[in-house]
Amino acid sequence: MTLARVCGNVVATKRSDAVAGARYLLVAATDPMGNVLERTIVALDTVGAGLDELVLVSQGSSARQTRVTDKKAIDAVIIGIVDVVEASGTVAYKK
Amino acid sequence: MVLARVVGTVVSTSKVPQLQGIRFLLLERLDAATMKGTGDQVVAMDSVGAGPGEVVFYVSGSSSRLTPATEGRPSDATITAIVDEVELNGKAVYRKDAL
Repeated sequence: MTLARVCGNVVATKRSDAVAGARYLLVAATDPMGNVLERTIVALDTVGAGLDELVLVSQGSSARQTRVTDKKAIDAVIIGIVDVVEASGTVAYKK
Repeated sequence: MVLARVVGTVVSTSKVPQLQGIRFLLLERLDAATMKGTGDQVVAMDSVGAGPGEVVFYVSGSSSRLTPATEGRPSDATITAIVDEVELNGKAVYRKDAL
């Protein structure tokens, strides 16, 4: 999974991924402290993540292993909102 | 999924039978902060009728075969949405048909 920061959202009404009421967020991969490292991708939100929150993103075919994305044309999904990251014995991130 | 702009089309006539009746569009990945092209380009199957210059997003890998238009086709990149709006850090950075 990738640690990522929610940095925006995307609205798209004309779609073919057949996901009802889909909420697409722009997320950017971060280091354990939550500092953005890479450019953004679009991920489907299934847990109600908000702007600037740190989240866990799953990509590839595994992104279809949730109730909402099963058999859907989705390759990136937010599977959790991060509360704490502990790295090498110290708290690297706390919500 | 990846945010991109339709920058061209690709036509192929000698192709595997599974490619009959599907359009290929040339996409360039966009940097959401500037909505400018990053130089990364890909050829994607179009499953939503995207037009030239439009902002879209596309799905990659096996998921790209799970739209009605690309089921059973050898696709690894399919446009699944035409984007209406992009908001970054609370600011609208793109709005379709904005004058």
